[in-house]
Amino acid sequence: MIVANKKKIHQMSDNLSESEFVQGRSLWADARRRFMGNKAATVSLYILVLIVLFSFIGPWFAVWTNEEIDWGAMGSAATQGMPSFATGHFFGTDDLGRDIYSRVIQGTQISLMIGVIGAAIAVVVGTLYGSISGYVGGRTDQIMMRIVDILMAIPFMFVLILMLVVFGRSIGMLFVGIGLLSWLDMSRIVRGQTLSLKNKEFIEAAQATGVSDFKIITRHIVPNLLGVVAVYATLLVPGMILAESFISFLGLGVQEPNTSWGALISEGAGTIRYDTEWQLLFPLAFFVVSLFCFYFIGDGLRDALDPKDR
Amino acid sequence: MLNYVIKRVGIAIPTMLILIILSFLLMHAAPGGPFTSDRPLPAQVLANIEAKYGLDQPLWRQMINYVWGVVTQFDFGPSFKYKDRTVNEIIAQGFPITLKYGFLSFIFAIGVGIPLGAIAAIRQNTWIDYLAVGVSIGAQVLPNFVMAPLLVIVFTLWLGWLPGGGWGGGSWEYLIMPVIALSTSYMASIARITRSSMLEVLNTNYIRTAKAKGLPTKTILLRHALKPSLLPVISYLGPAFVGLITGSVVIDIYFSTGGMGYFFVNSAMNRDYSVMMGITILVGFLTIMFSLVIDLLYAWVDPKIRY
Repeated sequence: MIVANKKKIHQMSDNLSESEFVQGRSLWADARRRFMGNKAATVSLYILVLIVLFSFIGPWFAVWTNEEIDWGAMGSAATQGMPSFATGHFFGTDDLGRDIYSRVIQGTQISLMIGVIGAAIAVVVGTLYGSISGYVGGRTDQIMMRIVDILMAIPFMFVLILMLVVFGRSIGMLFVGIGLLSWLDMSRIVRGQTLSLKNKEFIEAAQATGVSDFKIITRHIVPNLLGVVAVYATLLVPGMILAESFISFLGLGVQEPNTSWGALISEGAGTIRYDTEWQLLFPLAFFVVSLFCFYFIGDGLRDALDPKDR
Repeated sequence: MLNYVIKRVGIAIPTMLILIILSFLLMHAAPGGPFTSDRPLPAQVLANIEAKYGLDQPLWRQMINYVWGVVTQFDFGPSFKYKDRTVNEIIAQGFPITLKYGFLSFIFAIGVGIPLGAIAAIRQNTWIDYLAVGVSIGAQVLPNFVMAPLLVIVFTLWLGWLPGGGWGGGSWEYLIMPVIALSTSYMASIARITRSSMLEVLNTNYIRTAKAKGLPTKTILLRHALKPSLLPVISYLGPAFVGLITGSVVIDIYFSTGGMGYFFVNSAMNRDYSVMMGITILVGFLTIMFSLVIDLLYAWVDPKIRY
């Protein structure tokens, strides 16, 4: 009986060692597969890539640069500045004779840059703040989160405008202002995740082997947060773009000769009474389509990465 | 409950003080005083003016005076640009206008958003649901500064139905576009939140029990499903309020409605710091009060919260 069993066991162990090792799927490969299964998200990703490519390749096809002035169209944009291939103004001109096509490209670059950099600042600050607060815990955690509560209750757009006026309007200030005021949500989310991670065995093991707290946070906690952080970062980008556009719409953000989607929409919106709808509609189309794409990609990423929904 | 109220108020008061002190210090970090101009004033005149506004005193003293004035009398001091007007007068002129269309926008966002989301959830996967979801996704990327010019193109330039701006004493035709432009994206968010939480609630066991008991659908929805599914909506009202009050700046600029936002941007352009500070603090006060009320309301409505 025992002998028979022994034989069986040997057989089994042989089988096990001979059978092919099943290729495991990593979390990220799994997530990519799920993301690619989401049609809206994949299409949005392609469109967004096209928009980004356009903002870099577009200038090669431009007849007018963003600084040239078409004197013929100046002052009579409604009749001379229509979008046409003949004049080389694919998207028309504004009342100063500037080419909207080139301006939209410039605005796209600046808006996307503000979105990405603003989100990056928020991600770095928010992740560090949240993970430290959650990991250290206790009184430190309470104080740090109380600070976040207080900052969150402040109407940030008004304070941001106040800062822009006091420290001068520049793109750099805009980055700092938007980035510094937008990490709050991120830090809360990260803290919550850290709290659930910090009692796991692998953290205990790291503590037992004498890894320093800072190293535990950066090497063991943060990498495990990346999924959640990635999801909220993609949702932060359109948020940043919206915030920048809002400020630029009021004329308090990006200054000439630079421009952004918000500044272009503002200009277009101010001149619609003079029959130059193209001045509004082209930048608006880029703005709306890009935001759509970001939201769909964010949704797709959340479905793919957020462990809560599985 | 009382403990919770005390704790919650205990956060609100320091928040308010921090906001006041922060904006005061920001103002003083600004390069150049409020009376620095291209034509320098004679030293004696400048000294007199600064004495009049209390700018000759040490910074901490000025700050205490300012905070004291704001806290005890709601006095924001004089405007630095319009010598004959105080900040309070400017706010008193703009605030009622902002309040009127802001309140209407709030009502519109809730009054349309909640029913839209609820109907979409009840009739899940029908054309009503798809329409509601489509509208709410579309409106997400149509913030106020996009809606405003689009509305003007359609209703003023093409159709000629509505005036493209102005206040007109607050009569309805001047209110329609500002209210719609301001509230659309929040209406959409409220609809989306209502829909998803309603769907969740409709799948719970107690709703199934109610159905099994044979209660009429109307009773199930109104008595049992609506209240719990509104909880997430209530907690969204705080951010929505902040969004509306921030968005009112765009409305005031674009539609020339003459509310507080107009004075805010104007003073930002003119570096009229005291007006900016006054409006920022007022908005902060309203926001903090509102979120306090929302939190207390939430605690009162949600039976699951215990202290």
